[in-house]
Amino acid sequence: MIYFDAAATSFLKPPQVKQAVCEAFDTMGSPGRGAHPLSLAASRTVLQCREQLAQLFGLPDPARVCFAHNATDALNTAIFGLFAPGDHIITTALEHNSVLRPLYRLEEQGAQLTILPADAKGCVNMEDFARALRPNTRGVVCTQASNVTGNALPIGQIGAFCREHGLYFVVDASQSAGVLEIDMVRQNISVLCFTGHKGLFGPQGTGGLCVMPDIEVRPLKVGGSGVYSFMHHHPSDYPTALEAGTLNTAGIAGLLAGLEFIAATGRENIHAREEQLAQRFRIGIAQVRGVRLYGDEHAPERTAVVAMNLGDEDAGEVADVLAQDYGICTRAGAHCAPLMHQALGTVEQGLVRFSFSYFNTEDEIDTAIGAIRELSGRLYGEDAPC
Amino acid sequence: MLRKKEPCVVATFATTTAAMQTEQAARERDVPGRLIPVPREITAGCGLAWSAPQAAEDALHALFAQTGIKPQEIHHLMI
Repeated sequence: MIYFDAAATSFLKPPQVKQAVCEAFDTMGSPGRGAHPLSLAASRTVLQCREQLAQLFGLPDPARVCFAHNATDALNTAIFGLFAPGDHIITTALEHNSVLRPLYRLEEQGAQLTILPADAKGCVNMEDFARALRPNTRGVVCTQASNVTGNALPIGQIGAFCREHGLYFVVDASQSAGVLEIDMVRQNISVLCFTGHKGLFGPQGTGGLCVMPDIEVRPLKVGGSGVYSFMHHHPSDYPTALEAGTLNTAGIAGLLAGLEFIAATGRENIHAREEQLAQRFRIGIAQVRGVRLYGDEHAPERTAVVAMNLGDEDAGEVADVLAQDYGICTRAGAHCAPLMHQALGTVEQGLVRFSFSYFNTEDEIDTAIGAIRELSGRLYGEDAPC
Repeated sequence: MLRKKEPCVVATFATTTAAMQTEQAARERDVPGRLIPVPREITAGCGLAWSAPQAAEDALHALFAQTGIKPQEIHHLMI
């Protein structure tokens, strides 16, 4: 089996992640609930994980790392916790439904929404941000990198725009955390929403939001906190304010192991390796007859995603043949990013997304290039010219 | 009496995170003490408190000053 679906989840992980999850089951109790050795062991691991995340994202205070189930959970908390009916919010056509659907719901409740369009390469015109401004504009919510094309938005530039106009800046780092540079202070990010199970190599069910010290987010959920038990209201101190209920300790232990792997390997080295593999694949299939590539290949920053179609073949069928005949795992369809597919003109056909991992090999890439060539041959004949 | 009581300085915290940061900083600086459940004589937000021998009180205050960790309250108890 060859796994090229890292943008969905990092199936290929450092072995110490699984080991850390298993050890947690043997050595940890409930974090922040009591002072016995097993509870303290869990609390120590949770604190270490907050510190690693704060360091990776340039967040000044680790207590402002709040754990959640995943990026969708974090984005819901950030969007409903910062904005209200009457506010105007700017977003982009690159967004995943984890951004769009909370914003659509907020729009139904009386907020106003501007979705900046993407061109046929999936790129946003930066001048559109200024054109979208209104007197009641309160913030920008956007992804750092498209999950469909891998193209990155210039979040430093968007952060500067938000600073200039006094706007909240919420960033969806689902595709970029652990790969692209994130510095919350320098990029003026108010709230960074991340998932643990993609570029951070953690288990599914981990994620969270990093909240800058001067930003207050209204909690979406309240309940058990392990502290202030006799108060009617949920505590307002961070991170407890945004963490109702018991944390996913085993998952966080695994996430910590993933973060330690990134720190030891170097985020830049991981990104360079993944992009090297993606570029090898991109070059290998670009001239194959019937192959159509999507996205901006000249983008200054991107993640290791190659989005393609083969002739007019249904993307789902191409992905199925790749899986059944070659054992290659890719992701076909709409990728929960409907506006991006509208921009790319792939609503009907979908597209096949190859997303690469630090742990993939050149041999695997070459096998996939060979598979695409063979499929092209099936469509157009073995000797079909490129 | 379950065990012999000693005079201790006890710091309480608003969050578990602050309590855990205190333990980590104390270990790094060889400041004596340990995390305990908050004694019933006092109330606090977080269920964890840092208990240290009274002789280590100055070192504990220095630790808070150096790290920026904010205790909720500091008590002197026989525990």
